[in-house]
Amino acid sequence: MSNPSKSLHDMSVAELAAGLKARRFSALETAQHFLARAQADRSGSFLAFNPEATLAQARASDARLATGTGGPLEGVPLGHKDIFVTRDFATTAGSKMLEGYRSPFDATVVSRLADAGMVTLGKLNCDEFAMGSGNENSAYGAVNNPWDSRRVPGGSSGGSAAAIAARLVPAATGTDTGGSIRQPASFCGITGIKPTYGRASRYGMIAYASSLDQGGPMARSAEDCALLLSAMCGPDPDRDSTSLDVPAEDFSAKLNDDLSGLRIGIAKEFFGEGLAADVRAAVDGALAELTRLGATLVPISLPRTELAIPVYYIIAPAEASSNLSRYDGVKFGHRAKSYSDLESMYKKTRAEGFGSEVKRRIMTGTYVLSHGYYDAYYLQAQKIRRMIAQDFQDAFGQCDVIAGPVAPTVAWEIGQNAGDPVADYLADIFTLPASLAGLPGLSVPAGFGAHNMPVGLQLIGNYFQEARLLNVAHRLQQVSDVHLRKPEGV
Amino acid sequence: MALTAQDIARVAHLARLELPPEESERALSQINGFFGLVAQMAAVPTQGIEPMAHSVELAAAAALRLREDVASEPNQREANQQSAPAVERGLFLVPKVIE
Repeated sequence: MSNPSKSLHDMSVAELAAGLKARRFSALETAQHFLARAQADRSGSFLAFNPEATLAQARASDARLATGTGGPLEGVPLGHKDIFVTRDFATTAGSKMLEGYRSPFDATVVSRLADAGMVTLGKLNCDEFAMGSGNENSAYGAVNNPWDSRRVPGGSSGGSAAAIAARLVPAATGTDTGGSIRQPASFCGITGIKPTYGRASRYGMIAYASSLDQGGPMARSAEDCALLLSAMCGPDPDRDSTSLDVPAEDFSAKLNDDLSGLRIGIAKEFFGEGLAADVRAAVDGALAELTRLGATLVPISLPRTELAIPVYYIIAPAEASSNLSRYDGVKFGHRAKSYSDLESMYKKTRAEGFGSEVKRRIMTGTYVLSHGYYDAYYLQAQKIRRMIAQDFQDAFGQCDVIAGPVAPTVAWEIGQNAGDPVADYLADIFTLPASLAGLPGLSVPAGFGAHNMPVGLQLIGNYFQEARLLNVAHRLQQVSDVHLRKPEGV
Repeated sequence: MALTAQDIARVAHLARLELPPEESERALSQINGFFGLVAQMAAVPTQGIEPMAHSVELAAAAALRLREDVASEPNQREANQQSAPAVERGLFLVPKVIE
């Protein structure tokens, strides 16, 4: 390590893993250090702790480190988005519906990261059932962006992104249905990747829209994301029917590959009038760095980008209305105190347990699936979804990766879009297309925009091109210090 | 096409959600706000395009496989019922369904 006096919370996942392996510090003191910071935090990032379980995991890591039998990330702490179920920590999905819920099992992603040696610090705040773009839909309160506490951290993985930026955790899990890893990563100045749909198991990931939901890692650098992603991915054939039969991969292997000759597709639809000038300037700056590293920019077109908004906001609520029918007050979760019969128990339980955005999406989904509307809305949306996916395949005939902004603006102020859900939907325009196509997407810090807020560069790859995306982001981070900057007071 | 108050009431019933009148009105205007965006979708010609339910078919050469039809989970009745609102003698309690 170059700087022996560096605080544990300023170290990367790679540095922590190396330091733990060399036994320069113990897993127990590492866990205690991060736990103290996380428990003292007042930004709303964390929803649940279980210090006893955390410290027990850390002690077990120390025992394995002592005998040299540790995993690749042995003793490195992380937080899990509260969408992943955990046996040792309460799981709420940001909803009153699941207040106090304890899962009888761990999500596959949680156990895979534990198998790699990682120690769980706690559960991270998110929009209710991952439905939101600013973490403002959490039943447990908003999360403050560490760069400006009056602003949102993005969503739905807002607690994960804010906790990483505030150095409360070196890394976290997130989930991305329509941009919920990439957009908060952009808003908080960190790095996050959503892999190809089907690469990380959805078992134990509380379902929102099953054909879109995909877990992935968030950390400060692409190098750290690669370490976590390598542990997270891999087939889970007995437990997730959409888990792809694709072997686990070492996503760190190609990080340093040369970018000479890399063709970066620039879609004109991502740089239209809806894009704020400050965001555009930061994105252009990062693209210029990439061309200095040998990449060339190729104009491409993704002509149905705008259509991705209605298509997504029909398909995702349709799937949500079906998935969330399980919350009936019978087997787990909230049940209304007073009711007259079974139907009134269902109706009151769901009215009390769900927040307003979740109810809105359930109703929209129920409507588009109902008799007489299915063909006009749901089926039409699925047809355009195929056209959007095909547009990407056409574009990848001309380029290796696609680059653009993650979101049209920097993080907005908490409460700014209250009562206007469509304003939040419109802000998802640049992340929705890759989600609908099931493609991997990454957000890497590009620079800073208005109010000195972070701006991310989005990189989209073809199926299974995660290693390429991480390679491009890593090379950018070797010539840029944007991802190393800290919010004031952290 | 705009939704009516009757549509909202019908959908809320189908989704088993009790909606007080003021919430119902807000939902109507917000959902109609969204359906304003949906209009552009209706104009897209999609004859002959197969609906796409999943990206898996595009991503994977191999089709999704089915697992063996064998019981693989152990009995975890107590763990599974620990978060249930009302349980008695290992059974979930619900209001009377059949009179």
